[in-house]
Amino acid sequence: MSTRLQKGGRLIDRSTRAEFTFNGKRMSGHAGDTLASALLANDQMLVGRSFKYHRPRGIVAAGPEEPNALVNLGRGERLEPNQRATTTELFAGLMASSQNHWPSLEFDVGVANNYVSRFLPAGFYYKTFIHPRAAWKHVFEPIIRQSAGLGSAPKDPDADRYEYVYAFCDLLIIGGGIAGLNAALAAGQSGKRVMLIEQTAHWGGRAVVDGDEVEGESAEDWVKSAVDALKTMKNVTMRNRCMGAGVYDHGYVLANERVADHTPMDGRPKQRVWRIRAGHIITATGAIERPLSFAGNDIPGVMLAASVRDYVVNFAVSPGDRTVVVTNNDDAYLTAIALVGAGVSVPAILDARTNVTGDLPARARAMGIRIEAGRGIASVKGGKRVTGVQVCLQAGEGAVLEEIACDAVAMSGGWSPVVHLWSHCGGKLNWSETLSAFVPDASRPPLNHDGAAMVTAVGAAAGIYRAADIITGEAGTQAPVPPVWVMPQGAPIALRSKMWLDYQNDVKVSDVQLAAREGYESVEHTKRYTTLGMATDQGKLSNINGLAVLSSALGAEIPQVGTTTFRPPYTPVTIGALAGEARGEIFQPLRRTPMHAWHEENHAYMEPVGLWRRPYCYPRSGETHAQAVHREVKNTRENLGLLDASTLGKIIVKGPDAGRFMDMLYTNMMSTLPIGKCRYGLMCNEQGFLSDDGVVARIDEDTWLCHTTSGGADRIHAWMEDWLQCEWWDWKVYTANVTEQYAQIAVVGPNARKLLEKIGGMDVSAETLPFMQWADGNLGGFAVRVYRISFSGELSYEIAIPASHGAAFWALLHAEGAEFGAMPYGTECLHVLRAEKGFIMIGDETDGTVTPLDLGLSWAVSKKKADFLGKRGMERTFLADPDRWQLVGLETLDGSVLPDGCYAVAQGTNENGQKNTEGRVTSTYYSPTLNKGIAMGLVKHGPARMGQVVEMNKVDGSTVKARIVDPVFFDKAGEKPNV
Amino acid sequence: MSNPVSALNGQSYDGFAKITEIGPMGMITLRCDLAEKPVAAALKKLGLSVPAPRRIAKAGARSVGWMSPDELLLILPYAEVAATLETLNKALAKLHFLAADVSDARAVFRIEGDKANQVLAKLCPVDLAMLEPNELRRTRAAQVAAAFWAEDGGYTLVSFRSVAGYVMGLLTVSSAKGAEI
Repeated sequence: MSTRLQKGGRLIDRSTRAEFTFNGKRMSGHAGDTLASALLANDQMLVGRSFKYHRPRGIVAAGPEEPNALVNLGRGERLEPNQRATTTELFAGLMASSQNHWPSLEFDVGVANNYVSRFLPAGFYYKTFIHPRAAWKHVFEPIIRQSAGLGSAPKDPDADRYEYVYAFCDLLIIGGGIAGLNAALAAGQSGKRVMLIEQTAHWGGRAVVDGDEVEGESAEDWVKSAVDALKTMKNVTMRNRCMGAGVYDHGYVLANERVADHTPMDGRPKQRVWRIRAGHIITATGAIERPLSFAGNDIPGVMLAASVRDYVVNFAVSPGDRTVVVTNNDDAYLTAIALVGAGVSVPAILDARTNVTGDLPARARAMGIRIEAGRGIASVKGGKRVTGVQVCLQAGEGAVLEEIACDAVAMSGGWSPVVHLWSHCGGKLNWSETLSAFVPDASRPPLNHDGAAMVTAVGAAAGIYRAADIITGEAGTQAPVPPVWVMPQGAPIALRSKMWLDYQNDVKVSDVQLAAREGYESVEHTKRYTTLGMATDQGKLSNINGLAVLSSALGAEIPQVGTTTFRPPYTPVTIGALAGEARGEIFQPLRRTPMHAWHEENHAYMEPVGLWRRPYCYPRSGETHAQAVHREVKNTRENLGLLDASTLGKIIVKGPDAGRFMDMLYTNMMSTLPIGKCRYGLMCNEQGFLSDDGVVARIDEDTWLCHTTSGGADRIHAWMEDWLQCEWWDWKVYTANVTEQYAQIAVVGPNARKLLEKIGGMDVSAETLPFMQWADGNLGGFAVRVYRISFSGELSYEIAIPASHGAAFWALLHAEGAEFGAMPYGTECLHVLRAEKGFIMIGDETDGTVTPLDLGLSWAVSKKKADFLGKRGMERTFLADPDRWQLVGLETLDGSVLPDGCYAVAQGTNENGQKNTEGRVTSTYYSPTLNKGIAMGLVKHGPARMGQVVEMNKVDGSTVKARIVDPVFFDKAGEKPNV
Repeated sequence: MSNPVSALNGQSYDGFAKITEIGPMGMITLRCDLAEKPVAAALKKLGLSVPAPRRIAKAGARSVGWMSPDELLLILPYAEVAATLETLNKALAKLHFLAADVSDARAVFRIEGDKANQVLAKLCPVDLAMLEPNELRRTRAAQVAAAFWAEDGGYTLVSFRSVAGYVMGLLTVSSAKGAEI
């Protein structure tokens, strides 16, 4: 059994207990424990079930490479699935539950898959669930979804908060082991701005655990003095619990700091994403130990040798009373020495090498530990827990020489440098025959903007393992690690199909070999076919072993097979952290007009218009939205409507060349517009498609004010600046976007003038201020600019007033307008009013493929001007084609409202078997003024087909007859606004 | 005319830094050739001079900030805007220029306290340690355009008026007690 040792444990505080639960069972650990060490201390080796076969899974590692010990952490609004027990710091009250089992961890019916595993090889799903086609969606997928998957997705909104922070430094060092600390000391002393980050809560990495000697001191002492020295340097920033997640171009690095994962609800953000711009990056990310591939290497109790050491030294936890060590290198002997030193038994060290020399084996021998050279494990005995190992010759086929009873196995297949961050931006790797590992090639680093190396790998991340070498940066003579990819070397299929490569996704040696036989030569294809390395651990343990097996199956060298692509993040980052502060009220910027609060107080139903929220309508008690809209339309036509039009774009264009510029921007002539007058205009893009529209006012000799659509203000301003800065840079024109400077209010309806005259302050009579003119003045003591323009077909004044007075003026209009029947109206009423008048709306009648000519707006497209943006585009044959669909009005014969976006059905079908079409609806409303449905649409040869009836399709498959009519449904002569 | 009302009417928040919406504040956008003599002369009348690129210069209650190679931002008491626009229009009459009142298009915030820089570091991709004295930094605050400068032991940040509520939300969340970096 795994248990807490009486003595030791450099990271735990035995005086502080932390109670926690696992699957509801109460357990106890110490401050400083990880969840994994605390579970082991409570003899909880079984922590989950595998993804596919639901085999029992135990803790394998002690760090971020852990594939098995994934738990649901917390519950409700603090539930986090797939949290690694090995990197989760224990805290009092922690609640964890195991994943991927049903009905319980101890008894899981899904394990039936295990007994039919030879029918579930690599590519099983691809091969099996292809036919019949329909069965995938309705039968196979639901069943597979039920049986697959890991943690449970949280259903409640996350109760915690997250944030970003932007940081800058000359040198970013990722990894706080002795390599990282050493680099930080050197750079810190040179005066550089240094940032040093470490994913764990502790500095020093492996050297401290392994009791290395560094520059004549114990690693523990060296690390302490290095950390102390760095803390005194003002130019050095140190963050622990901060994982280097990804390296991107131009020295950009994302790191994730687990600020309060271990102190929940203490008022701090849970996690913080660091967005770092570094002059240079050093990866001191260490190395990850590799498992060995022997039969039963997934049985709980089989662990990585160095991780066993971590548990003994850091947490005073022994994984078993009797631990067999199996290795192909000297490093694992440290584990045997540590275990025996802690007073637990190591029955044997099985060393795959036939010739075992070296200092560490000598020390182990001297301690009386039995060492068997040239031996391996034929098979591990046990189900939910190791009970023993069968010993065989590594060179043989697995004939059992001996059985050794044990309850844990510590394995080491050598080390793989963590090259992930080096590789994210294209750093290249070399295969080291000596280390049997990929190591960064310093001559082919990821490059910065200037062609210089962006990243340098140091220490174990560069394949330099000895402490002394790490400090000098020079790899001395490295102890060779012979390749042992399969144990024993000649294992038959019965053993190979029990050798796990990827614990989390259940990929075995036999699966990769099958993939090779089936023709998968590329490692990237094999990965996807077998799912090797595609689990949440991204193959930290399995990738190198898997590709070594693949290369030997293909008869190719490992470097020829190569690695799969390393992609950020290094370990998973929760979506909450990536969202940062952007949630709830500040998920997205919300633009408010000066009258926004009034709208909310008056129960407006708001709709998004770009990032603005605009009132759609103002329902009164008992009214539906449709009823509110009808009331607003009628009231505006008969009495007085008030519209918050502040979102309308307002751009000043000024300069000696402004007239010329305006004539290029708009399809019609703007340079001739007299001062004091307004003119409606259209803007096209270069292709000739209608882009924006609005009323232009001539302010003075060289100043125009352009109104744009609400959604188009920023885009059109940028469009103007683009032309001025990039193409017509020598034209003397300045622009200013003053959209937000002014609140704008439309006063609309037969009583509009009465209201303004009552408020008083300026002459708004038809004589002084006729239709399509503007004037500056004051109304009720407010400085205003009044435009007599109309988007409703009614007598209408649009009044611009500085935004900080907008709310007050709006309130005044309502108070004084009450006697004239003043009511606010929303965007839907605005739409109905304009549709009744046949006015087009950008975004309804246009969609980026519609020209002014399609919309019957040829009167606004100048024939005189030599050029304007879109002129040549419009002249292209396709856009000049008389067969293009053109704007008409549509009226159903039965008075019903046409469905939004419906099509006019034509004879026959197209090559896809769909009905041919000859038009479509662009705007469709119920007109309260006319008491029937009205619509605008684009119809083939439409204007020439007045009075004809077309069939419009409906969602239910039927059609409705509609007559083609003039798009102006109301006040065709345009007399109402011009009074 | 009513009293001008700023976007958030002076809302404030006490976190590990103090956030206050201030204003209304007078602002004039001036676009012109910054090297023209009448520009310097006009600014001189206001007690100001043409700022160096990315700098803001202050004199009494007025400042002038460099926004781009052909754009300045005049900051002054709200009540002085109309008269100052008139002064500029006269002084620059012979030039090609554009001067516009943008006082009401903006929202202005103060961020104060020992750790005010941390609030900005969470929202703006700016190397605050390298922010120079009197540097006017145009940047973004999370998802919207912003500009700020250090002044009187804190920072003054300007955003567009319509997103004032969003910016206040950002500053509030980022300065919440316990969220010190």
